[in-house]
Amino acid sequence: MNTIVNYLRSLFLLELLKGLKLTGRYFLSTKFTVQYPEEKTPQSNRFRGIHALRRYANGEERCIACKLCEAVCPALAITIEAEPRDDGQRRTTLYDIDLFKCVYCGYCEEACPVDAVVLTRVYEVAFDRRGQNIMTKQKLLAMGDEHETQIAADRTTDARFR
Amino acid sequence: MIESLWGALPEALQTTIVIVAKIVAIVVPLMLTVAYYTLAERKVIGFMQVRIGPNRVGPRGLLQPIADAVKLMFKEIILPTNANRFLFVGAPLLSIAPALAAWAVIPFNETWVLADIDASLLYILALTSFGVYGVIIAGWASNSKYALLGAMRSAAQMVAYEIAMGFALVGVLLAGGSLNLGDIVQAQSGSILHWFWLPLFPLMMVYLISGVAETNRAPFDVAEGESEIVAGFHVEYSGMTFAVFFLAEYANMILIAALTSLLFFGGWLSPFQGVPLLGEPSLFWFLLKTAFFMFCFLWFRATFPRYRYDQIMRLGWKVFIPITIVWLLVVGLAVVVELPWWFD
Repeated sequence: MNTIVNYLRSLFLLELLKGLKLTGRYFLSTKFTVQYPEEKTPQSNRFRGIHALRRYANGEERCIACKLCEAVCPALAITIEAEPRDDGQRRTTLYDIDLFKCVYCGYCEEACPVDAVVLTRVYEVAFDRRGQNIMTKQKLLAMGDEHETQIAADRTTDARFR
Repeated sequence: MIESLWGALPEALQTTIVIVAKIVAIVVPLMLTVAYYTLAERKVIGFMQVRIGPNRVGPRGLLQPIADAVKLMFKEIILPTNANRFLFVGAPLLSIAPALAAWAVIPFNETWVLADIDASLLYILALTSFGVYGVIIAGWASNSKYALLGAMRSAAQMVAYEIAMGFALVGVLLAGGSLNLGDIVQAQSGSILHWFWLPLFPLMMVYLISGVAETNRAPFDVAEGESEIVAGFHVEYSGMTFAVFFLAEYANMILIAALTSLLFFGGWLSPFQGVPLLGEPSLFWFLLKTAFFMFCFLWFRATFPRYRYDQIMRLGWKVFIPITIVWLLVVGLAVVVELPWWFD
């Protein structure tokens, strides 16, 4: 009996019609594709894009070469060398982040006692030459200068959760 | 001026020119339809998968088929080592020629038909069977085991479904009482309920499904088998030879759609027959019905997973052929007793 019912069910293509109904419904449903270069998805203020080094309002760089970020970095992407500057302050002479190694975990930012190294919202990164994957100190500071308003605003929004 | 020039031509030449003009008038729109059918396919399947589909080339992606055609034209045609050159290049022609030639007898309305021959249904049946040669020869001439295996799968499938399809057409022939496509459409005249889809419903389903199998389309696309054997019989083809296979496949799909609307859905007859203005038979109804079945082909592809090879064979031989034979008897009986409404 059961076999006959099953046979008839498959003969009348009932399940296939069900499938057609489903795809037909999706055919008519609204599409929510984001047309990427023209439209962009909304970002969280905690978005972790590429890095930047920040400065104080007076233009002095924040990083004091404590090397906590270098130590915490799980991917060993950060290389730091430091020397005392002419005025006796301790500053980095080399601060490289290898973007090929970086996993964008944000631990460097967490570890930083002076909020110097941060992750910005910039994610559209492309390299066309060897060596461009290394973010040097100059590049990181330039990133910081360029995006300071956004960085500061994001840190303020998030401050009460820290 | 033009008329006197035309009159000066010998009569044989005049006839030839008129026929060539008619052929161009059918083939050019058909080729354009094929081009935009590929875009429609990507769009429809995209929509069913909640995507948008191609929309970058030209406004709303409308130039995409043109870009594809240009790309294919400029690609190199690679001849496999030790392939039979003549057959390798000839196979795509063998598959597209019947697909286009079949259109010669398709009536677009009462008067628009290139060749109004008596046995047009027989002619269609003969030509659609011919397409399998293109497939077999392509597979063999490629000198590649994959192409040969693909060709054999494809050929077995096409031959198997040919039979069910032929039986379904015999039903139409019984019901319509003619082999002429125009007469068959006229025999369905009356209303939407007079069309043959109702008395020949099982045959209609068998025809439509066999048509999908015949054109090697999903869910019967084991011949191409995108995810299993990549391309089947046309693995070795590239550039324009590859494009011709695709033209043939899509032209065949449009042909099957057109035939379904002619044989079972009253062709150019209006579904509102009897209503003034809207009830007039016209080319528009034929194109609308054809477009619907063309859409169905894409709908099936977006919906159904591929049949396993033995399931395809089981369906063709053990389900469709018995159904069609039984229904042929039913239709024959109905015609003999002149069942009212349809066959009186």
